Amino acid sequence: MTGTFWMQVAQLARRSIVRTIRQPAHVFPPLIFPLGLLAVNAGGLAPATKLPGFPTDSFLAFALAVPFIQGALFATMNAGTDLARDIQTGFLNRLALTPLRGGALVAGLLSGVVVMGVVQAGVYLTVGLLAGSGLASGAGGALVLLGLSALVALGFGAVGALLALRTGSGESVQGLFPLLFVFLFVSSMNLPRNLIEIDWFRFAATANPVSYLIEGIRSLVITGWDGQALALAFGVGTALAAVALAGSAVALRGRMTRT
Amino acid sequence: MRAGALGAVLSVAGGVAWRTIHNVFTTPSLLLPGVLFPLLNFTAFAGGLSRLHDLPGFDFPPGYTAFQFVFILLQSAVFGGVFTGFGIARDFETGFTRRLLLAAPHRSGIVLGYAIGAAVRWLFTATVVTAVAFAVGMEVGGNGVDLFGLYALALLANVAGILWSTGVVMRLRTMQAGPIIQTPVFLALFFAPVYVPLDLLQGWIHGVASVNPVTHLLETGRSFVAGDAAGAGLAFAIAIGLAAGFALWALRGLRKAEAAG
Repeated sequence: MTGTFWMQVAQLARRSIVRTIRQPAHVFPPLIFPLGLLAVNAGGLAPATKLPGFPTDSFLAFALAVPFIQGALFATMNAGTDLARDIQTGFLNRLALTPLRGGALVAGLLSGVVVMGVVQAGVYLTVGLLAGSGLASGAGGALVLLGLSALVALGFGAVGALLALRTGSGESVQGLFPLLFVFLFVSSMNLPRNLIEIDWFRFAATANPVSYLIEGIRSLVITGWDGQALALAFGVGTALAAVALAGSAVALRGRMTRT
Repeated sequence: MRAGALGAVLSVAGGVAWRTIHNVFTTPSLLLPGVLFPLLNFTAFAGGLSRLHDLPGFDFPPGYTAFQFVFILLQSAVFGGVFTGFGIARDFETGFTRRLLLAAPHRSGIVLGYAIGAAVRWLFTATVVTAVAFAVGMEVGGNGVDLFGLYALALLANVAGILWSTGVVMRLRTMQAGPIIQTPVFLALFFAPVYVPLDLLQGWIHGVASVNPVTHLLETGRSFVAGDAAGAGLAFAIAIGLAAGFALWALRGLRKAEAAG
């Protein structure tokens, strides 16, 4: 990798971050909506902690992992919508006339997404701690949690980029967003998998990679250091990022074709 | 209202309702979210949380699927109105509503037309949600009259939802009104006993749910499904009151839109 490549990445990352910050609709909903849902669920589902085998007596601590994934999903949509807008407005075509390397475009965009993802994660963690959730893994766990959040943001951001590059339409990216939410809803977000009663739902939650991302973050909050949960979370996050990045690279090659 | 004026209102309402229904049912991107959103919630809540039925003090004989079905039905009704409100905002942004205001001989018919469109749209969603609920084995303790009461209550909630969103859109006349329409609705719905009965809620959420009018609608709906119409009078009074209040809100909004030109 040359210095020029990294300079291109830095420039595009800066553009991605500045563009996000300048759009309040891209900043506040990913912060407020997940925290609002956390407050509602922490209150409404608190009686679930009385179920035999529930791993903690605080539903707030149990549910704190969910905003991290929900915020990353918002980042997916924002990253995808921004990239699709670049395609629709012809910005990508103009870039194709420059010596810019395709990889720098995606890396720059995703650097911005990761930075925003880590900022969001810091806010969720701070709010959770102020609300009294606690962090069983301590200060070191907070750093691992931020690292895992960065990986999740990278993975979901790459999915957003892939959708944008494949469809080239912001409306299509937004239309696919609810489908991504299915992965969040059909997961262990509200109950541990061993307490899910309905067989098909428990099976779907077990097959759903998002369950392992949630459980990795959750383990840091309520258990402490759970090597298996963390290995699964980092493994799933890495695999998601690798697959989505590979798909994006293939799709980008078609979009950046110099004619 | 004289017969001629009533005819003008109904004529305008019929045209607006037909256009709304036609737009929704010929545009999958408008129709599908309104159907998929409640189904997704139904799957997540009834499928993922059914174990809550085992909590001490949770007494709802028809089961957790029916318990959640009532919430999903009410939610789909209110959001059916909200989603239709987004269509009104789009009509303002494209200039269609301005032309409609010029052409309509009696403008109250515009509000009535959107409300009829929202009701038809929700009836389709309610049919799908009900079919799915029975397909996954929902049990109902109530009889036909009880179920009619449940759907009538939900229809009133739908009317309140569309009139609330119409009032907001008539004042702001932009798609950016979306969060202003949705957020209070979302809060009102989720600050009710969504997952467990009111008695099992604790802390601040119990206090909020106790004074939330949606709680009465939800609990009465669940009573209907259980075959016990407890609190039906109060729930219908609340639903009719909400619909009437938001009708005034929508009509005053219409006057503001007229004044804005």
